Amino acid sequence: MEERGSGMEINKYQAEDSVNNNIIMTTVDKMLDFCRSNSLWPVTFGLACCAIEMMAAGGARYDLSRFGFEVFRPSPRQADLMIVAGTVTDKMAPLVKRLYDQMPEPKYVIAMGSCAISGGAFVDSYSVLRGVDKIIPVDVFIPGCPPRPEALIDGFLKLRDKLRGQKAQEVKKDA
Amino acid sequence: MSMNNDSFETQEFKLNLGPQHPSTHGVYQAVLTINGEYVSEAENVIGYLHRGIEKMCESRTYTKIIPYTSRLDYLASMLNNHGYVGAVEKLMGVEVPERAEYIRVIMCELQRIASHLVMVASMALDFNAFTAWMYAFADRERILDLFEMACGSRLTVSYMRIGGLSRDLPEEFMPALKKLLKELPGRIKDFDNLVSGNEIFTGRSKNICPIDAKKAIDYGFTGPNLRASGVQFDLRKASPYSIYDRFDFEIPVLHNGDCFDRYYIRMLEMYQSLRILEQAVESIPEGPVMAKVPKVIKPPKGEIYHQIEGSKGLLGYYIISDGSTKPSRVHIHGPSFVNIGVIPEIARGITIQDFVSLLASLDIVLGEIDR
Amino acid sequence: MLNTSELLERLNKDFDGSLALTEDSQAVSVNKVEIIKLLQLLKEKHGFEMLLDITSAEYNDRLEVVYHLMNLENAGVLRVKTGLSKQSPSVASSIPVWKAADVMEREIFDLMGIVFEGHGNLKRILCPEDFEGHPLRKDFKPDIIERF
Repeated sequence: MEERGSGMEINKYQAEDSVNNNIIMTTVDKMLDFCRSNSLWPVTFGLACCAIEMMAAGGARYDLSRFGFEVFRPSPRQADLMIVAGTVTDKMAPLVKRLYDQMPEPKYVIAMGSCAISGGAFVDSYSVLRGVDKIIPVDVFIPGCPPRPEALIDGFLKLRDKLRGQKAQEVKKDA
Repeated sequence: MSMNNDSFETQEFKLNLGPQHPSTHGVYQAVLTINGEYVSEAENVIGYLHRGIEKMCESRTYTKIIPYTSRLDYLASMLNNHGYVGAVEKLMGVEVPERAEYIRVIMCELQRIASHLVMVASMALDFNAFTAWMYAFADRERILDLFEMACGSRLTVSYMRIGGLSRDLPEEFMPALKKLLKELPGRIKDFDNLVSGNEIFTGRSKNICPIDAKKAIDYGFTGPNLRASGVQFDLRKASPYSIYDRFDFEIPVLHNGDCFDRYYIRMLEMYQSLRILEQAVESIPEGPVMAKVPKVIKPPKGEIYHQIEGSKGLLGYYIISDGSTKPSRVHIHGPSFVNIGVIPEIARGITIQDFVSLLASLDIVLGEIDR
Repeated sequence: MLNTSELLERLNKDFDGSLALTEDSQAVSVNKVEIIKLLQLLKEKHGFEMLLDITSAEYNDRLEVVYHLMNLENAGVLRVKTGLSKQSPSVASSIPVWKAADVMEREIFDLMGIVFEGHGNLKRILCPEDFEGHPLRKDFKPDIIERF
């Protein structure tokens, strides 16, 4: 474009730059995922000791509500995240599966603590399920016995990154 | 619609309370047969957290069992550890050094306060007083900070060892504890003022499910539930173990035995625990924290039943040793397991909301019930 | 501390000397047919008001049911044992004496396989309803094929 008026430089690509800087193009799915990632509602499903750390994470010091995750719903039909916190025994396993089935799509599962990941300290017991991923698909595993509330929050943030389409395993360059 | 009640047929209905329920304090299920709002029969169903700890103890050495005992009553792990190592030390005849005994008492009383804070917070939360829950958990975090300073873990500590402790306290522990002891009584008093006189709280807990002394003894109640029913029995005074005979404290007793009394006795016990802590902090000596025990722990052949005053009742360990490095039988007597035995009888004729109050006031922990 | 030999002397007056102390002289050992009579006597006449615990143990040649009773006046704990054979072990239920025995006896039935006659509701309490075997027995081998 030629020069106009009082010495105002006009960039050849100005139209394109304006579009890049001021308009976001995305799909409806990605936008919904973004909104969902900021407000996951867990279902209250604490089984054992890890449940106490989950409750402490919702307390005043390790505040979960600054991320939008503090609304724990008692009913699985109103929740979209299940945190399996604690040991899953053989007697409890069909109920875990039933609760998972009752949750509406899209739903996510976090396995919190070593008992939920693989049986933990009780792996050679006669009545413990060796890992909750034998019956339901798990998105994020949080190791620890019990994991600290900060570890639980880190797991939540990894799930949030996963929802937003970023790879959770990418090593951040400035870390 | 016709208001003629004579032809109105009703039917009893079986309702499942749990095991996934915000008010059952864990994976506990109650199968209630209800007639309108009133419970006509209640049946306990437990075992959803049965991890087989007693069987696993038979294939672990004595020291390796200590982390498993932490996970029994996961709200009071220091107390569980204390009971177990006390039992093995009694079996072996080991004498624990003075400083280790004082530190054990400090940790146990701090843990008792933390456990009672969770109970009063959960009971308030069941009546929808969310702010009270926040207050109590914030105070509990400060106690857990002290635990983390001493042994690295907040919840399932395995701090005690057979013969003493795993390590001595760091330097910054005592100043931090003294600071907490100045501030904690005021915070507990705030909670007391907010909750105990509240009309909704008292309306939902006073005169609900009273249990008199005779019934409490018949059902094997111990601990705060027994003291709320009028029986003044505390193992720390009746048959002192460790060094509890050196401290001056009272045993509170209440006489109605209803849900409010079972809640209020825990508030009173927290004040007494603070008294014990102040005395222990003043008179703690220097010295070693571990006795001379052999590297491989092999108690002589025999059996023992050792009990301590836990935060929910008398926690007992029955250990049979056959002279080898692994015990032949370990049985853990959890007070919550005995406490739920009263529910089928007491829950007849109460409403469903009173059932929630009853469960909250009995203070059950599923790790101890199901083991 | 409880003086078991002195207590045993007083008890043997009602039992014609059929009670004995165990080898380590810490517990009173009784025949299984007289266990309820002994427990009743201890509760009513000797002050052991509270049943602390009922548990079980397995030895090479027998099973044992172990009762722990407590006196609330002086916090003394007494251990009472009764031996049972390993084939079809059974003993009378102590619910008529203390109601606390209800859940404890169900647990022993579930984990060790001892039947308590007269209990009224003897079913498994900790393991699932369709579980096979009694886990605390020394010869219990868990199912190799996993349930899930």
